[in-house]
Parts: sequence; C-alpha cells; structure tokens
Amino acid sequence: MATANFRIWRGDSESGGFEDYSTEIDEGMVVLDAVHQIQAESAPDLAVRWNCKAGKCGSCSAEVNGHPKLMCMTRMSDLPEDETITIEPMKAFPTIRDLVTDVSWNFEAKMKIKPFKPRKPDDEDGTWRMDQDDIERVQEFRKCIECFLCQDVCHVLREHDLHEEFIGPRLMVHNAALEMHPLDTEDRLGDLKEDQGIGYCNITKCCTHVCPEEITITDNAIIPLKERVVGEFYDPLNRLLRIFKSKDSDEPA
Amino acid sequence: MSTTGVSLKTSGFGQTRRRDAWWAQQLVTLGVFSAFVVYSTWAAFQGEFYAWGPYLSPFYSPEIFGSSPHALFGPRPEWWPAMLPFSPAFLILWAPAGFRITCYYYRGAYYKAFWADPPSCSVSEPRKKYRGEQSFPLILQNIHRYFLYAVFIIWIFLAHDAWKALWFTDAATGETSFGIGIGTLVLTLNVILLGGYQFGCHSLRHLIGGNLDLLSKAPVRHAGYNCVSCLNRGHMNWAWLSLVWVAFADVYVRLVAMGVWTDWRIL
Repeated sequence: MATANFRIWRGDSESGGFEDYSTEIDEGMVVLDAVHQIQAESAPDLAVRWNCKAGKCGSCSAEVNGHPKLMCMTRMSDLPEDETITIEPMKAFPTIRDLVTDVSWNFEAKMKIKPFKPRKPDDEDGTWRMDQDDIERVQEFRKCIECFLCQDVCHVLREHDLHEEFIGPRLMVHNAALEMHPLDTEDRLGDLKEDQGIGYCNITKCCTHVCPEEITITDNAIIPLKERVVGEFYDPLNRLLRIFKSKDSDEPA
Repeated sequence: MSTTGVSLKTSGFGQTRRRDAWWAQQLVTLGVFSAFVVYSTWAAFQGEFYAWGPYLSPFYSPEIFGSSPHALFGPRPEWWPAMLPFSPAFLILWAPAGFRITCYYYRGAYYKAFWADPPSCSVSEPRKKYRGEQSFPLILQNIHRYFLYAVFIIWIFLAHDAWKALWFTDAATGETSFGIGIGTLVLTLNVILLGGYQFGCHSLRHLIGGNLDLLSKAPVRHAGYNCVSCLNRGHMNWAWLSLVWVAFADVYVRLVAMGVWTDWRIL
C-alpha cells in the first residue's frame, strides 16, 4: 500500500479551484477507484459521473495529468508515483460540477446529421443483402462509446470554442459510419462542407490518440470524408467527368 | 486539503497540465523539416554535380533540360529568361515539394511544429483566431491529388534512373556492362521508399476505392484499396524515411560527382 496525492477540480465552469487529497492505493487500482475512495473517505460531495467501470459506457471521461482519459481505464501504476495527480473535467464542455461536464451539445449537434436512408429492400420480405467486405469498413466506427474524449482534445472545440461551426471528430465518425454504409443513399457532403465545417479539422490526430476504442478517427473517418468533399466540390477534373457521366445517363436507352 | 486559485481553462502559448515532453516531437519535426527545406533549396540552386556516370540525383530527375548526358531535351532552352537563374531542378521540384506540403500527414505535423496550431494535443495555442482549412489560403491544400498525379510521373522516371544505374560505361572502351555500385543501391532504395510513401497516399486511397460504398462490386479496385490502406497505415514512417533518403541520395551523387566520395562497385 502506498499513499497517492491528488489535486482534483472542485467547482463549475464559472468558479472553483483545485483541492488536494491523499488516499492509499492498492495494487490494480485505477484512477476511478481512487476517486471513489476519496469520496468515501474525505469528500462525499465530490461529483463524478461513472457507470460500467469497464471502458464501455464512456461516462467517466476526465483529464488526468492534462491527458483526456477514461478514469476507469487509467491504471494508477501507469502514473508517476512521486507526483501529485491532477484530475479535472473535460474542457471542451461546460462543467456542471467538479468532474461532471454537460455533454448535451454533442447530442444536439448529432441531430443535425441527416439520418440513415437505406436503398429499397433487395427482397420482397423487406430485407437487404450486404457483402461483409462492404460493411467491414464502417464497423470500426460502430465501436464508438461516445465518451467524447476526442471532442475534448480537439483544439477547434477546446481552444477556439467553434462549436457552432464544427461538429468535431466524434460526429465526423458518425457521419462516416452513415456516409460509407453500403445501404445508405443520403448525401451529406454539402452539410459536411458548410454547416459541419470539415475544413476546420487540421489533421493533428489528437482525436485518434485519445480514443479508448482505438478507432482510427483521422485516417479512416475524417480524411476519407475530406477527400469525398474535395471530389464533390474542389476537383475540377471530377466535375468535368460528372458532366459527361450525367450527359451519358440522360441519353435514352 | 487546500484550494489553489487556478482557473480550469489553461490559456496562453504552451500552457498545459501535461507533464511529459510534449514539445519533443515538434522539435524533431521542426529540425528535420527545416534542414530538408534548406538543403533541398541549396541543392536545387547549384545546377551542377548532380550526375555521375549512370547516376542522376533524384532532385534533378527527370532532367528535362540540362547539361548532363541524362537531359531529355538538351541544354538550357533559349526561351529561359537570361535574368533568371536556371537549374534543371527548378522544372520538377515544385511537384514533390507541393506533394509533401499538401500531404495529410505532413499538414498535421507542420501545423503543430511550425504554427503551434496546436503546439501539441491539449496544449494551449498562441492565437485565438482560427480558420483551419475551411477558407483561403489553407483551403488550397485540397489540391493534393493533383500533386499526386505529378509525382507519379516523376516516380516512373526515378524507377528508370534506378534501372539505368545498373549499367556502367567503361571510359576506355566505351562498352556498357551490368554492374552494381553503392549508388545503385542508394537510388534503388530511394525509389522503394518514395513508392511506399506515394502509394500509401490518402488521396490515392480515396481515388482507388475509398470513394466507393460498394467495394465488393469492384474487385480490382478493392484489391488496390487494400494495398494502399496497408501502406497508408505506415504513412508517417514512409514520409520521413523517404524524405531523409531522397536528400541523402542527392548528397551521395553530389559528393561522388565532386570526387569527395568514391562509388564502390559491388559487382
């Protein structure tokens, strides 16, 4: 058993400060265990959101020593023993209290994305047939647990507060899951370019680095979407080809 | 227990509660990329010592106009303005330079290292205003795929140069025979590394199959997409290795042509 020192944010977005705590650490403990122990021993009013303690619900997102992390997946043994551990709420969203943030903006922004619009069913019984190769690409995006760590670390939201102009990496992943779906027929590229501000992403890959589900957000979701937007709006050769293609399709069979 | 009067949001350049050496990676990027830009600009302006025997520096290939036996269309053209300096490298280096500057990997790397936009993940920035690639001038980064087309053409010439580097002419008899020198290996490795970098390009990944939702209906493009995706996973490594090696290939040919280094023959 060793004693670990913590500095935890107490307060909300408007006012507050860090308070120091100490607690005994056992082998195998994660940061969330330590926070619960501090709650039990010395700070019963410390607000922390948590649920599964298994890295699957995305509730306990916070910043540990400046790194956006799931507290339930951050082992105490991976942190420096001799230093005070700083725990604070995510900075890209308003703090409700202590370590709890208001992430409702993400769900409101998600509503702006055009929903799944499948093609007509392949069979009379209303079912579709999909090739595993086609669906495999978007299955990666379905792993997202909506912890919003990627939104938190994204400097466009965190540093520049451009929540009105840019929907952030999590919702880019959601867009990619729909846009690349083999059954989907909706066109979201115009929205991505204008309302959802895909051009604000400058590919720093911070979102990919913090993703607890190891989704390759930048390379597999955002850049492919950027390329689709380029093909649709910025590539003159592609535009020319589309004119010829549409002329071909206009001709009577 | 004590409360410290610190605000939750960190602000001001470089402010963070991270304790690791977040600046180290940016420092390496800044150093290596700056060194490459300075060296390649200097080398492009030299206009000499870029060829030796069967070897041609990759900074000068294809040599469209020039004074070496590798020139495709003879010496410096008459129409080139006399007041402007001339180097065969000027005619081609814009393509690989543009390709690397607009490359998705390098963009992320140099926005951090050169513009501190951000300095590193969850580290505060020096500026409050931010437009990203949403508007001019950085919206021009979308031209990347056109630079890709240009560097593919150059890569074919570089591959041909590596082939030519296998054939040595005897100065006394004028006969050409097969051989392998250190320079052959340097130029061949250059083609392999540049190929690994270019064939793993994000734009190529999109063009070859990424733009399709039903990849299974296009088996050839699907296979191509899988190959490009495989290389794309190591895009950062290919980018740096090919950058360093293409500069070294120029250094090698230059020093051999200047007589500073001897090109050892293996075969």
